Amino acid sequence: MSQVPAIVIAGPGTNRDRDVQRALELAGAAVRVVLANELVERPALLDEARLAVVAGGFSYADSLGAGRMLALDLVVGLGDGLRRFVEAGRPVIGICNGFQVLTRTRLLPGALGHNAQGRFDCRWVVLDPVPNSVSIWTKGIADPVHCPIAHGEGRYVHPDPESLAAAGQVALRYRSTNPNGSVADIAGVCDQTGVVLGLMPHPENNIVARQHPRAARGGGGEQHLGLRLFENGIRHAKEL
Amino acid sequence: MVAPVAIRHRLTIRSIDPDPRAAAIVAGAEHLGLDLDEDVAVADIVFIEGELEPDELNQLHAVLVDPLLQQGSWDTPPRDGVEVTLHAGVTDSGAEAVRHAAEQLSLTIDSAATGRRIEFPEKTDPVLAEEVIARLVANPIIEHWATGTIEPTPIADGIEAKSTEVIEIRGLDDAALQLINEDRALYLDPEELRIIRDHYDELGRDITDVEIETLAQTWSEHCSHKTFRAIVDATGGPEGGERVVEPLFEQLRCCTESIDAPFVISAFVGNAGVIEFTKGTTIALKAETHNHPSAVEPFGGANTGVGGVIRDVLGIAHRPIAVTDILCFGPAELPLADLPAGSLHPQRIREGVIDGVADYGNKIGLPTVAGAVLYDPAYTTNPLVFAGCIGTAPTRPLHDGPNRGDRVVVLGGATGRDGIRGATFSSATMDATTGEVAGASVQIGDPIVEKLLIDALVGAEDLFSAITDCGAGGLSSAVGEMAEGVGADIDLELVPRKYPGLDAWEVWLSEAQERMVVAVPPRSLGALELRCHRVGVDIADIGSFTGDGRLIVRNSGTVVADIDTKFLHDGRPQRRMPAEMPEPIRHERTSRSVADPAATVLTLLGHPNIASKAAIIRRYDHEILGATVVRPLVGAAADGPADGVVLADPGAAEGIAIGIGVNPWFGLHDPEAMAYAVVDEAMRNVVAVGADPDRVALLDNFSWGDPRRPSTMGELVATVEGCCAAARMYAAPFVSGKDSLNNEYVGADGKRHAVPPTLVITAIAHVPDADRCVTPDLASSGNVLLLLGHTETEFAGSHLDLLQGEPPTPGVAPAPDPDAASCYRLLHSAIQAGLVESCHDLSEGGLAIALAEMCIGGRLGADIDVLPHDDLVTALFSESSGRLVVEVAPRSVPAFMKVMDDRALRIGEVSENQQLRLPEVEPLDIADLADAFNNGGGLA
Repeated sequence: MSQVPAIVIAGPGTNRDRDVQRALELAGAAVRVVLANELVERPALLDEARLAVVAGGFSYADSLGAGRMLALDLVVGLGDGLRRFVEAGRPVIGICNGFQVLTRTRLLPGALGHNAQGRFDCRWVVLDPVPNSVSIWTKGIADPVHCPIAHGEGRYVHPDPESLAAAGQVALRYRSTNPNGSVADIAGVCDQTGVVLGLMPHPENNIVARQHPRAARGGGGEQHLGLRLFENGIRHAKEL
Repeated sequence: MVAPVAIRHRLTIRSIDPDPRAAAIVAGAEHLGLDLDEDVAVADIVFIEGELEPDELNQLHAVLVDPLLQQGSWDTPPRDGVEVTLHAGVTDSGAEAVRHAAEQLSLTIDSAATGRRIEFPEKTDPVLAEEVIARLVANPIIEHWATGTIEPTPIADGIEAKSTEVIEIRGLDDAALQLINEDRALYLDPEELRIIRDHYDELGRDITDVEIETLAQTWSEHCSHKTFRAIVDATGGPEGGERVVEPLFEQLRCCTESIDAPFVISAFVGNAGVIEFTKGTTIALKAETHNHPSAVEPFGGANTGVGGVIRDVLGIAHRPIAVTDILCFGPAELPLADLPAGSLHPQRIREGVIDGVADYGNKIGLPTVAGAVLYDPAYTTNPLVFAGCIGTAPTRPLHDGPNRGDRVVVLGGATGRDGIRGATFSSATMDATTGEVAGASVQIGDPIVEKLLIDALVGAEDLFSAITDCGAGGLSSAVGEMAEGVGADIDLELVPRKYPGLDAWEVWLSEAQERMVVAVPPRSLGALELRCHRVGVDIADIGSFTGDGRLIVRNSGTVVADIDTKFLHDGRPQRRMPAEMPEPIRHERTSRSVADPAATVLTLLGHPNIASKAAIIRRYDHEILGATVVRPLVGAAADGPADGVVLADPGAAEGIAIGIGVNPWFGLHDPEAMAYAVVDEAMRNVVAVGADPDRVALLDNFSWGDPRRPSTMGELVATVEGCCAAARMYAAPFVSGKDSLNNEYVGADGKRHAVPPTLVITAIAHVPDADRCVTPDLASSGNVLLLLGHTETEFAGSHLDLLQGEPPTPGVAPAPDPDAASCYRLLHSAIQAGLVESCHDLSEGGLAIALAEMCIGGRLGADIDVLPHDDLVTALFSESSGRLVVEVAPRSVPAFMKVMDDRALRIGEVSENQQLRLPEVEPLDIADLADAFNNGGGLA
């Protein structure tokens, strides 16, 4: 298998689907963007994929809480389809709105509340991969990942972050700047098996060195690309 | 058996952690000088009508309330509060979500609505609570509120639509015509009313309400630009005498024709200008204003302004890729006592406008990348909101339909009673009551629906023969314009409605957002319907383009309008308008005295117009699509201001630069010089970042006062003449533009207050090598700093004057620099040759501020030992046009000077010490500069 078949799940208002499609393609996947209602009509589309992304954006305008309606669509429409996908060991990543969706479907622990400072915030952040994490997405990544955030509801909430960390489920932490008041600086978490990752920042927006805001001043560089996460996911899917 | 009775449920949802909205209310009250205790609470309310069992309520609760974040209760809250809910018919995306959730859970509900609940500390004076709600929380234009609990108002059911009215217009005299004009808020001229009367006289029948409203919309200033199409009789000016001036629109169009730039594909026709980008790709560009709506409902006004300009680009079959915004506000620190009656406080307007821009851009998924924010007391009652959009598309012939037999197809949102008469409302002068009467003109956007429209239409270009957006004037304008020459026959009954009870003319005029009209050959209709169905866009076939040149509107089959499209589009008499030309000071140069130049640099850096806009920029997603190569903030700490921004797809070699020029303060002194200066600023913005000065297209946007005042018309004439001269000088053609006039407010004293002459120029330019972009942040110590351009004593309209007050003899505003165009070409060669390390244009605050910004960007010092003028204040603070500071590595200086033909002045060096050192000025620490810049502007 040369190219891993990947599916990007989008709802009405998902808007970083094209960005993540580009990232996956660059990392070696054959990508199909599918709307949630199409997926509900044709669940086989999920079976055909080896890797799934729930992309960022504002599904259903974030009305009454980010990610809730799209999560409901997926749970009602696919039943335990996503869970079976995960149980088969196929990697899933939820980015930004996708992270919010995955916490609501209970594939990931915790919840995402309004940023502590009360506003949407767009800025670049530095993410430290947590060494003991079981996440297959961050496995072997030693260098910090640089990428932007762009969200209003990214404050990670969990009643017991210590146990979460002890279980290896904290995959990424904000370095120096915690932009949204997330508990224990948590930027990304995974499920117990490590195949599902959710994160608020956008690794799909740092896939070539030129995208880094300080590229001309020697900032960023290959080792800090968000692309590394997608390469990991695809490598894992390939080995299935 | 008893028929089921609808039961009202209300779910109150509170955040477990402190709700940031409560803190915002307390902070906002403090800012206004209202003394409110901190113990404020905010909750969301979901209203559901329907017969629901307890377990069904539990299911809804589980979806709507996240137990880690929130607490929800179906009980009436015990504590007193004020509850706010939207008027019936205003877009309520929360209600939409509740309906969606119920459907997914297979629950039957009759209706849903949402609201907010604000709880004040015990013993809060009700008058204070009311003031906080009215000033900070809610807006009567779109919402209502009550102490205690509130019920959402259902949309009045069972109201019968009125049948179409026939207005007896034949034989009426001017006074009687004027009564109709005022009664229906038509804003037509007496001459226009007479022509309509005479036309119907000839037809031998009276006019219907649908017809007269259609004519008023189509002939409105907003839609037909009668001022810019008027013949002008000008008197006075620097040359004196009397002359007849060609219509301003014609001047701009002819200017573009005479420049004859090979990259222009379409200028001044359709929804947006179109230029070639690379081989096989075109760019569409457009900028619009949404001033009046933003004054009365800042969030909704700015929100729908952004939505409208994105549709303009979609309306010329391009995929939108970026948004720009230029915002003009009154001073944020204005004391409440000085706020004119009926106006919202500038702080509230600013918050609402920024939220409105952010909400639309962020949700639709476009980066909001370039812009400007200006403050002046004259914008207090008339804030200005300019929104721009650019898009790209594979090169293809422009659509040339509609053709006879094509279907008239409406896509997108349903039609309601929102935004009725927005086009004519924009002709109104604001006063204390404007907010009350204009309510129906303002709407809240739904960016998700527009996102779906983009998904449906981009890639469907072969399925339609013509496309336009539904903007001002609604269907009347969109279908009316498309039908020009060809004619159309449509039935309003087929237009999807939000609710029943709409009169025919209301459906026809409604400016309900997020709708597009396309002309579809019958054979393609099925394919377009499939696309729309896939992404979830409503599509309605409402009639056909007939080929007989008549615009026929039916309502359930009955003809309610039958207008010759020739009369509709060409029947309006050309206006003839007098203009008194300004007589600016052009020869008397006066300098200024500055007691402490170092302190002045810091104060200027903290001036709201110059200080960092980071707090605004960061509320916009400027990263989405991954193409933002040069961001609005740059440098070592990502807090230095950029000149232009650059977009380039990851992997693409070429990029698009966007630059903005605006300076109303020059305009108060010399409108023509202002036009030169702001075209020049937009040019320098894009050249400084690496764009090719021979591949620049311009957009012009005018926001002015009432042009029926000859002096105002004179300013417009002088400005347009300056625009055209500057465009020719730079060989940079205008490809689209828009004017917003009547930005005036009549105060309680009966005096008229107009906005200062506000010309916004947007430059869109081709960047040949996106890997070689240059930014203003200093790169490394030891590099040489050089100044390009001429420095003259030109202080009229300067920011030094805004700071220190204007002297009795202000002297001249910055004059055009005839050498600038060739200078920019040489600079571009130097950038292309890799000789330039950093580059910054000089604008507000002059050389001292430009250098300070470069130091902040690079967190490096600068030792300046040569000044460009003998007069220190001129050298540091004059705002002469055409200037840039360039940083060049020492070894590259000879090559740079050769490329520049020696047209550069070596002024100093980049230094390792963290200071900006200027001759005869106390050294300035970079940390202090950064602090002044980042903490100015009063926006945390």
